[in-house]
Amino acid sequence: MINQLSWKVGGQQGEGIESTGEIFAIALNRLGYYLYGYRHFSSRIKGGHTNNKIRVSTTEVRSISDDLDVLVAFDQETIDLNYKELHSKGVILADAKFTPKKPEDTQAALYAVPFTEIATELGTSLMKNMVAIGATSAVLNLDIHVFEEVVQEIFGKKGAQVVAKNMDAIKAGYDYMKKQLVDGVEIMELEKADGKKRMFMIGNDAIALGAVAAGCRFMAAYPITPASEIMEYLIKKLPALGGTVIQTEDEIAACTMAIGANYAGVRTITASAGPGLSLKMEAIGLSGITETPLVVVDTQRGGPSTGLPTKQEQSDLMAMIYGTHGEIPKIVMAPSTVEEAFYDTTEAFNLAEEYQCPVIVLTDLQLSLGKQTVEPLSMDKVEIRRGKLVTNEIPDSENKAYFKRYEVTNDGVSPRVVPGMKNGIHHVTGVEHDETGKPSESAVNRNAQMDKRFRKIENIRFNTPVYKNVKHEEADVLLVGFNSTRGVIEEAMVRLENEGMKVNHAHIRLIHPFPTDEVLPLVRSAKKVVVVENNATGQLANIMKMNVGHAEKIIKHLKYDGNPFLPHEVYTKCKELF
Amino acid sequence: MATFKDFRNNVKPNWCPGCGDFSVQAAMQRAAANVGLEPENLAVISGIGCSGRISGYINSYGFHGIHGRSLPIAQGVKMANRDLTVIASGGDGDGFAIGMGHTIHAIRRNVDITYIVMDNQIYGLTKGQTSPRSATGFKTKSSPLGSIEQPISPMEMALTAGATFVAQSFSTDLKDLTALIEAGIKHKGFSLINVYSPCVTYNKVNTYDWFKENLTKLSDIEGYDPSNRENAMQTLMKHNGLVTGLIYQNTERKSYQELINNYSETPLAHADLNLDQEYFDKLVNEFM
Repeated sequence: MINQLSWKVGGQQGEGIESTGEIFAIALNRLGYYLYGYRHFSSRIKGGHTNNKIRVSTTEVRSISDDLDVLVAFDQETIDLNYKELHSKGVILADAKFTPKKPEDTQAALYAVPFTEIATELGTSLMKNMVAIGATSAVLNLDIHVFEEVVQEIFGKKGAQVVAKNMDAIKAGYDYMKKQLVDGVEIMELEKADGKKRMFMIGNDAIALGAVAAGCRFMAAYPITPASEIMEYLIKKLPALGGTVIQTEDEIAACTMAIGANYAGVRTITASAGPGLSLKMEAIGLSGITETPLVVVDTQRGGPSTGLPTKQEQSDLMAMIYGTHGEIPKIVMAPSTVEEAFYDTTEAFNLAEEYQCPVIVLTDLQLSLGKQTVEPLSMDKVEIRRGKLVTNEIPDSENKAYFKRYEVTNDGVSPRVVPGMKNGIHHVTGVEHDETGKPSESAVNRNAQMDKRFRKIENIRFNTPVYKNVKHEEADVLLVGFNSTRGVIEEAMVRLENEGMKVNHAHIRLIHPFPTDEVLPLVRSAKKVVVVENNATGQLANIMKMNVGHAEKIIKHLKYDGNPFLPHEVYTKCKELF
Repeated sequence: MATFKDFRNNVKPNWCPGCGDFSVQAAMQRAAANVGLEPENLAVISGIGCSGRISGYINSYGFHGIHGRSLPIAQGVKMANRDLTVIASGGDGDGFAIGMGHTIHAIRRNVDITYIVMDNQIYGLTKGQTSPRSATGFKTKSSPLGSIEQPISPMEMALTAGATFVAQSFSTDLKDLTALIEAGIKHKGFSLINVYSPCVTYNKVNTYDWFKENLTKLSDIEGYDPSNRENAMQTLMKHNGLVTGLIYQNTERKSYQELINNYSETPLAHADLNLDQEYFDKLVNEFM
């Protein structure tokens, strides 16, 4: 019996690779296993190698695994590109149709299973994916009835016969494979899971659901990988709440429309990836100087320009902190798990209204698209706080002057009224302005308004700016990361600790303003600080040096080839240090 | 009830004496009063340039945004609060150069707002460069030998983009302009009003006198029918776009708001932000 399994299915894009992974994963999730998926795909609709790697475990997992137990291959390319991940007792289940060849330098077993042939005999070659699921089940000694519910949900609309055929295909694959597994072949049977119901979702789902929970009722956005799922979810769910999504003509329109809607009082989100954020930057500056709340999601992918549009990277950090010309107060948060993506998004709307500034929710491709098991999300921890939004009527006064929308206050935050409110009329402009919004170039006013705006974020209240796993007062290594590297760092840490190394872990959730007070003591008490990030220049490491100093002990561990870190890569880096 | 004086504030415009924009401002204020608006129910969203300052000169909610982006901001405001009257405004550079993409898409989207372009065929605030509305051969600081590009024909462009309300006016025709803005506000959908608003400082060709000589009033064309799109296009082409009045109106097509699936009747801005627990549980269950 094993307590975790790594399974990968690969083939040509457009062949149903994703749905194969999906059906397999949903069924296992419902049995109570924890899953963590990673999709390798290309920026094209059909063709090109794609694969879906899914880790299944009886305990929580937040990272893909170093190695692989089962590889399901629909073409030779899948074998050639992925066999090296297989451990010596791994299994390749390949479609007999392409006469699979086993590479010489692997001890893994290869089984040519007639996926296509069996499916065709049963009615259509499209069901080859189902045959593969059946064959996998035989290797795992998994009761194929666990797939009934999912198959019913997916094919139910097409009629009972289609459902039955697909189940037949799973059974045929299972029966065929069972016969091949003669004595001596190791069955990879998973320990029984706890059977608890948990969610299975991608980070973008969590962000979109978080927006709904936070009272967001409008989105303006432009399609882009890997952010589009957010708008696709909201266009399905907002109408039931009276809201909607506009797919705008471009990213600039998306951002300025979101600013207009937020200005007029509805919680509005926009989401994109690097190229879109570059286009939104002028508007983000407008949000900053006009103190209009704004929530922008940046799902990082490989840059610059079009870069690696379907690959993992974390290289927008500096652009998000400093982007837009001139200087504005801004909040940049970086959830590291799907749960955090949900709760942080709800909080982003609160902070945007409380501090009346742009809030950027930063994710990366792996967090945005990697599907994983999530403990059921709850509304209990979701609050709605709207800051100094004026909701009571403003009494008439003799003085017909404009409302002081930009009143200089101690905390820098001014009362905010939205259009439609009587006696609240004021001007809003991206030109430097006085307390009523009237343009002003006076030096005294400039200082007063700049200082007021920056005062707002001097003491921002953010629930957990740093996720900490700190067991040691004095550590050999402090591992630092942000976004989706949390799982690999956690796993590397366990291995290092088992070998006697003292390791602390800090995952930065509030990137800007940087939580120096939280991070500095951890840096001080570590011999070495290894900052793990998917970019080429070590942006987080540089931000840390700027804010907490100790440049001499900060070591960059970088990866920018488009792939997420694997646990052993973090482990090895730390081992090399000592 | 508010009068046009209630739409005045104490801010002195920084436009040159004689600028056409003064009259456009006056017409907007009169039209707002004439249709029975209260200042707090009007939001004027403007772009960047001389004319972009207009949102600061009217006593209403006003948002002076970034160059070329008045339309998406204005549509966002309207989406958030469908009870507001939203007027977007700016110059020909704002709407037909940097913001042209938004103009075409706002037209075809047909959100119920009014867009007033103050068209002076020149860049004024940057001190005299060619605009997408400048005639071929027009000499400016950025086209010293004369523009070698074809000017945009905004009215024809609007018709092809699927506009439901297309009008043009001249800033000195205060009465006609006011009536057109009123009609634009009342129109259920996107209304585009291009106003020839001469720049007295930098455009020495398209002057007040030039317009008086060259403009034809559609009301002077016998039997002109603004519901006939084909005839509207022919008339524009025949007069090289130099006509004033209501060029085209389609009262049948529904506005964007009316077509949105299940869009809230009450403004979204007034919606209860708290999510019903049962609905949330349903959403959570969909992921299980």
